[in-house]
Amino acid sequence: MLNKSNNNARPVLLQVKDISKKFGDFYANDTVNLAIETGKVHALLGENGAGKSTLVKMMYGALQPTAGRVYWQGKPVSIASPAHARELGIGMVFQHFSLFEALTVAENISLALPQSLRQGDLSQRIANLSQDYGLPLNPDALVADLSVGERQRIEIVRCLLQQPKLLIMDEPTAVLTPQEAQGLFSTLRRLVKEGCAVLYISHRLEEVKQICHDATILRHGKLVAQVDPQVETAATLAQLMVGASVHQVSRDANGQMGDVLLSLSHLKQVASTPFGVDLVNVSLEVKSGEILAIAGVAGNGQSELFSVISGEECNPSQDYIALLGHVCDGLNINQRRRLGAAFVAEERMGHGAVEHLSLTENILLSRHACNDTESSLNLGWLGIDRHQLSQLNETISAEYDVRKSTQDATAGSLSGGNLQKFVVGRELNRKPQVLVINQPTWGVDAGAAALIRQAVIDLSRQGSAILIISQDLDEIFELADSIAVMSRGQLSSTYAAEDLSREQIGLMMAGSHEQTDRATGA
Amino acid sequence: MSAYEAIILTIITASTPLLLAAIGELVVERSGVLNLGIEGMMVMGAVTGFAASYVTGSPWLGVLAAVLAGVATSMLFGLLTQTLMTNQVATGLAITLLGLGLSGLIGSGFVGLPGVKLTSVSITGLTDLPYVGRLVFDQDPLVYLSVILTLGVAYILKHTRVGLIIRAVGQNHHSAHALGYRVVTVRYACIAFGGATSGLAGAYLSLVYTPQWIENMTAGRGWIALALVVFSTWLPARLAAGAYLFGGVWILGLYAQGMGIGIPAQLLSSLPYVATILALVIISTNRRLSVINTPASLGQGFVPDR
Amino acid sequence: MQLILEKRSQASSIMNLWSPVLAIFLTIIMGGLIFAMMGKPPLTALYLYFIDPLTSWWSIEEVLVKAGPLVLIGVGLAVCFKANVWNIGAEGQLTVGALMGAMVPVLWGEWQSPLALLAMLCLGALGGALFGLIPAWLKTRFGVNEILTSLMLVYIAQLLLDWVVRGPWKDPQGYNFPKSVAFEGWHLLPMWGDGRMHLGLIVSLIAALVLFWVMRHTLKGFEIKVVGSAPRAGAFAGFSHLKMVWFCFALSGALAGLAGLIEVAGPIGQLQPHISPNYGFTAIIVAFLGRLNPLGVIFAGLLLAVSYIGGEGVQIELGISDKTTQVFQGMLLFFILMCDTLILYRLKWIGRQVNQGSQVNQARKLSEGGAS
Repeated sequence: MLNKSNNNARPVLLQVKDISKKFGDFYANDTVNLAIETGKVHALLGENGAGKSTLVKMMYGALQPTAGRVYWQGKPVSIASPAHARELGIGMVFQHFSLFEALTVAENISLALPQSLRQGDLSQRIANLSQDYGLPLNPDALVADLSVGERQRIEIVRCLLQQPKLLIMDEPTAVLTPQEAQGLFSTLRRLVKEGCAVLYISHRLEEVKQICHDATILRHGKLVAQVDPQVETAATLAQLMVGASVHQVSRDANGQMGDVLLSLSHLKQVASTPFGVDLVNVSLEVKSGEILAIAGVAGNGQSELFSVISGEECNPSQDYIALLGHVCDGLNINQRRRLGAAFVAEERMGHGAVEHLSLTENILLSRHACNDTESSLNLGWLGIDRHQLSQLNETISAEYDVRKSTQDATAGSLSGGNLQKFVVGRELNRKPQVLVINQPTWGVDAGAAALIRQAVIDLSRQGSAILIISQDLDEIFELADSIAVMSRGQLSSTYAAEDLSREQIGLMMAGSHEQTDRATGA
Repeated sequence: MSAYEAIILTIITASTPLLLAAIGELVVERSGVLNLGIEGMMVMGAVTGFAASYVTGSPWLGVLAAVLAGVATSMLFGLLTQTLMTNQVATGLAITLLGLGLSGLIGSGFVGLPGVKLTSVSITGLTDLPYVGRLVFDQDPLVYLSVILTLGVAYILKHTRVGLIIRAVGQNHHSAHALGYRVVTVRYACIAFGGATSGLAGAYLSLVYTPQWIENMTAGRGWIALALVVFSTWLPARLAAGAYLFGGVWILGLYAQGMGIGIPAQLLSSLPYVATILALVIISTNRRLSVINTPASLGQGFVPDR
Repeated sequence: MQLILEKRSQASSIMNLWSPVLAIFLTIIMGGLIFAMMGKPPLTALYLYFIDPLTSWWSIEEVLVKAGPLVLIGVGLAVCFKANVWNIGAEGQLTVGALMGAMVPVLWGEWQSPLALLAMLCLGALGGALFGLIPAWLKTRFGVNEILTSLMLVYIAQLLLDWVVRGPWKDPQGYNFPKSVAFEGWHLLPMWGDGRMHLGLIVSLIAALVLFWVMRHTLKGFEIKVVGSAPRAGAFAGFSHLKMVWFCFALSGALAGLAGLIEVAGPIGQLQPHISPNYGFTAIIVAFLGRLNPLGVIFAGLLLAVSYIGGEGVQIELGISDKTTQVFQGMLLFFILMCDTLILYRLKWIGRQVNQGSQVNQARKLSEGGAS
């Protein structure tokens, strides 16, 4: 554990005073105050959409505040650009990496360095520094060939080369295995010991309690509290973040499991693009009444798996997929829907829904080819039955608590949580016998997440087979009856949820099952 | 001059405008911008180049005017696509249509007038070398310039920081912006470079290739240059090879017509266009190469958050 | 001060309607400036351009005759562009359509019956569609960019037509002019009015109205919109992007081919080296000016037709090169694209963060000085 150093206040490195940021009529940040001290890990907590990213982008010069001041080492500054921020000594590791896939590691790092640091043998220095901090990297590798964890190392190394006084990390562990996260924490502890300050953005409370000294909590763009995370409990922190006590998802111990409704046997697929992941010998079975969760770090073949199961990528022969007893040989996504399956894609905007289309039209997106609604919605040359659609829209909105500005708002005007409730509700409304859902609650607020998870559980208890793909272990343990882990396009065997610990899953995420499974014959 | 020398010389002459226009577009596309307006910028370069040299009597002022006209036209494209975020495909088409019209209007007073030819630069002593002497050392200055530009672009893209930044901006403009690079400024600069070389290509047509002004004298060369960039998979060396190959096909058709070998002239004239389509098909069979080199944000506008 | 774009939270429905009007207005102003620069009286020239063609029944008929092919091709392209399929080779499809349809009068000149005309219309559409399917095939089979291939095919088609009318299909009694036999009887479209209006205009109108219904109300129209604007969502909805490419090229090719046949079987009455004043390219402008909406395309087609007739007018009256027509058309497309920006964005002037004042700037200089 950490030595608590909260009582001895240290010099303030960066301070923001009454800072606000307005996008159109919307305040992403509203008079926020924050002070970061040297040699400490400062947590910035808040739900998705609370304004954390906006705030740090202003500290990093990527956005300009609408009002308020920033002080660096006690002096007022206006951070004009990321380059200026780096000059001051601020480094940032983004949640969505700012990397270039077709460039090498060294080129990627060079792009972020000021003139003075580019001289000499950059590759050698990268190798040295990454060795020193336990972040191994090959400077000549193409980023496209690296794993997510390795990519994060590039981001960190390129910050460290500039010897920053403040390191900002935006949700760094979201893409790491638990073991990789522990490795990151020891790097951070060492940095802090060397006198660096860290601003750590997260909504994972256990981590915050583990490594942070101070915590600032945002809600709806406003500052709600500044607390000592060592004193608070995870529950009190959660309450501050969400603003009310979160509804707990309830799951009766074991539902009745029936026949196998979805099965894959030895599925293989070569990636369609050079940057994709090949699927290798994936097998699984989901029974009626069962929730099977596939855990794994993003980018290990989950989206490829989703598009193969859904039939979005229609391959000539797919006799290795069976839905409700039918072999899906060459069936497209709509034919699979007609068999009784429903799919929820990972990206809600642009994949599950179209931004500029209204909600009713977005319903049509998947429901134009479902047995229950097909014939009533599509009248051929006579057109689409708009009346039926808007009734369906009302039903779904009421059932799944979709909050919208107007009766038939565009998908783009909904908040992330409400849109996710809509795209999930659109599928659950028809009570599908098989549901495949990729990242059910990624990036949505706690209230919406609870509602969606409860709805998924309720569906399974009515006898549907549900396959969840998720990188959120908390979610997986909350929902799953059984768990399998995906890494580099390979899927582990399936285990009962209660038989697995986080650490075991973490090891499998890192690929331990890739060899051992076959050896043990599991 | 031997027949072989004459053929090679005409091939070089036919290839140079393609190479000039395409090398600029290669840089533009590397920065993530798809400018389909080459034909328009080229024809504007051709007409202003001709007009300026006719009025002043100096072919060099003509070249300068052509470059300026190309840049000005490309900046119009830049203004629309980079500042006003219009669709790049449609805007490129608009540039081409506008350029063809405007050049016709400007050039209506110059049709049929004798042009001023840009003379060749011979390097004394070296032109007498056997076989290659006249080919390598007795060319017009724009041929040398096209070669220098190609080598320069190849070097800059691969080995310099400017090149790295251009590639970075073209691959992922969000990341480049997050690192503090001015995506829009970089792209404006590349678009201007593309405009300049297209203007040069146009000047080559109206001051060297056929020193006179003929309406629509670009005859689809701008589009072929675009195809060449795809064919080259964004690599300057392949681009140069492709340009000379195409010049060859073009000249082959002309020679065959001249010899009257019984194939309809129209069929031979369509050779370059058929060859373009074939080249695109051939290059597409190696999809991995194309995909890896394709600037990932090609054709997408970039609006930073503020 | 700096001019920036700010994204609107929702597309502006007012600008949606007004942007074409604003674009036309700007084009007229620029046009006036160009005329003034050429030393011509701008107001007279503009009057001759845009108003005079509408003042006599004769010229209104001419406008309608020109608008026919523009609308017919324009609605097809509007569907293509909506689906994000870039067919810019309509001029070539028009040419091949005319060639295919002309097989009936040239090769089977004896066959005089309403069915012969029907066959010509069908062959025209078929020819355009088949020629359009070449880039579609290259795109779906090899992933070749359809913009480049469809454009290259224009040159090929025009050279093919040139060869045919100078070679095998040349009228033996035609004094060696590069023309086919003149079409007669049932090989010509029914005409009326002063002998210029023809059946083709009704075909254009019907095509526009049908496509309007399809785009507005049917699932196919929905499919076109979704595949065009959000391809991944299109895949999720089970709409095949590849099939869409085939569909769009077949449809727009058929309409362009039909337009070509209608030209040679209507106003022209035979095959000749040039059968279209760039209708296939001008139709691109028509599609955009019509906001990719088939009803809008009807109005846009009429406007562009006026510019053709007006262009001829100023050439005769003021001695201005007919190239001004192409300049006007190019400028119009430019201004439409510019004005369309205002539907999604609003323009805004921003100053340098005034509220932070000069002291911050000074402080920044200080801290920079300190850091270096």
